[in-house]
Amino acid sequence: MPERIEPLAIAACSATSALGHGLAAQLEALRRGRGGLRPNDFSQAPLECRIGRVAGVEDVALPAPLAHWDCRNNRLGWLGLQQDGLMDAIAGAIERQGATRVALILGTSTASIGATEDAYRRLDHGRFPEDLRRPEIHTPHSLAAFVANATGIAGPALTISTACSSSAKVFASAERLIRLGLADAALVGGVDTLCDSVLFGFHSLELVSKHACRPFDAQRDGISIGEAAAFALLEPVQVAPNAPRLLGHGESSDAHHMSTPHPEGRGARAALDDALVRAGIGADAVDYINLHGTATLKNDEVEAKLLPRFAPRTRASSTKGFTGHTLGAAGALEAVLALLAIVHGIVPPNLGCSEPMPAAALWLALRPSSQRVDVALSNSFGFGGNNACLVFGRGDPA
Amino acid sequence: MSAPLSLRITGIGAWAPGAPDWQRLRVILRGDSTPDDDAPARPAGTILPAAERRRAPDGVRLAAEVAAQATGMAGIDPATVPCIFASTQGELAITDYVCDTLARSPLELSPTKFHNSVLNAPAGYWTIATGCTAASSAVTAHHRSFAAGLLEAAVFACAEDTPVLFASCDVASTGPLAEMTHTTLAFGMAMLLHPNASNGARLNLVLHGGTAEPVPVVTMATVTRDNPANAEALALLSLLARANPSNLRLPLSSGLSLDMEIKP
Repeated sequence: MPERIEPLAIAACSATSALGHGLAAQLEALRRGRGGLRPNDFSQAPLECRIGRVAGVEDVALPAPLAHWDCRNNRLGWLGLQQDGLMDAIAGAIERQGATRVALILGTSTASIGATEDAYRRLDHGRFPEDLRRPEIHTPHSLAAFVANATGIAGPALTISTACSSSAKVFASAERLIRLGLADAALVGGVDTLCDSVLFGFHSLELVSKHACRPFDAQRDGISIGEAAAFALLEPVQVAPNAPRLLGHGESSDAHHMSTPHPEGRGARAALDDALVRAGIGADAVDYINLHGTATLKNDEVEAKLLPRFAPRTRASSTKGFTGHTLGAAGALEAVLALLAIVHGIVPPNLGCSEPMPAAALWLALRPSSQRVDVALSNSFGFGGNNACLVFGRGDPA
Repeated sequence: MSAPLSLRITGIGAWAPGAPDWQRLRVILRGDSTPDDDAPARPAGTILPAAERRRAPDGVRLAAEVAAQATGMAGIDPATVPCIFASTQGELAITDYVCDTLARSPLELSPTKFHNSVLNAPAGYWTIATGCTAASSAVTAHHRSFAAGLLEAAVFACAEDTPVLFASCDVASTGPLAEMTHTTLAFGMAMLLHPNASNGARLNLVLHGGTAEPVPVVTMATVTRDNPANAEALALLSLLARANPSNLRLPLSSGLSLDMEIKP
């Protein structure tokens, strides 16, 4: 069994998604129950589906010294970094701890593959077109290398790419680095952007709904794909005692199937157990769960089997009806939404569900509500049976 | 600076063209032999069930092969061992296929190839084949993938007090993407890192404030040239192949390098 860990402060965080740029836009949409999915207008021959597209990504201009990193994913990363005073908070951590004592661990599923796709559409005598002959963007580490350059972080830098659990796992890796004294702070997060690979890829697996996704609805019929950038700055609790905290994390593997979850949720359950043990709390202490809730038949069926251990007062929702499934960014995005629940005392509703699955109905929050949230969980499950669960809690009263 | 991460390497796996396992590569790296021209052109990957092995792309076979060698040598059941798979580029031939298909006829994209395109395909196939329910991860850091992945694995082993399987693999690129990746030859290696075993080579890791020069490797120079991503992995294996204690400094970030003390 794992041991209880020292909590870490979430000294700063931000999210940019189909709901808008920055925390205030996410909060407003969650409070009003106003989703961000819209008809698919991405790619040359768009599939009939809804997407969670971030407005304004096309208009982002990277500063000249960073121009060679230009691509949709890094533009979204840059846009995300400009929100909620994040750049100042990162600069503050670098000043306090030293640039090499700040780690950078980011999750992404496809990174800037959109640029590689673009190069293949515009081949020049069998070669990439000249403007895209930039090896640094045709690699899955493109995002983290760009963010290291953009922020001046000079500590250990790593990309975790485990599909839809990628940017949940970054919290666990950062906590271990800080626990062993190899870093004093860490910027974690995730960025994934819309691209043909995921739109046509999930379509080929028959996992994309034609409608806005309906998590935990009896009539659910697949995912809506979205894009997002979300970041969190982790520091020792004494640096920001009033900030919400990372209390625990758990990771596991299903050992079952590449694209279908274990039917009894074996791996998901193990990740949840470990996360609660590391946090030193029982399931009865959990006020809110941000569910993975992709709105595929299998995911929601399996995830609902985890709910009976929680008290009937525990509220649970998937926020993918708001943002779409943001894949490698989902872990960090939904961690930030769980943090909003704690800081602002809200329960995000499970948008898109009108006929709740009986197995989940008791816990599902169908409408927005205000309620004190001291402990919030976030679940993330990915291809290859890769599971992560995070536990967040309240900081000291201000 | 913090205390060194202190580990034992209780198992090693390796695969390179002409050197299908660690025993073979070790004698080559010692200068006592040369690559075997008759060795199989593809990794065996026999730990994968036959049906999975047929569907598995090259990177998965390579990772499964070296991981099985390392856990076999360590005499450890992989089912409970957390595993971290590093790769600079992932499944390059699949990326080429996906991008080419999307450019021509996106609706014809193969669902199997799509789910094989994720960077954690090796971790997925490995955990399924071995029944491993522990944490598994797929990590990358472009030119620093080996050093950054090794640090991640060592930190996991020390922080959670558990043996960890670490693998670093890259396969050859195909198509127009090849010009961007410079990887034309497959190479993979794996190590079972143990925080409290009493056997195996000692490996102590510390972060060093300052940058490092890329390490030169003299033997198996084709790997360094044609799979530059794993030149540093080969540098560590070269030291492990010899009997004398040694040190290695690998670039890690813009301000740090990873210092290794190796006592075979």
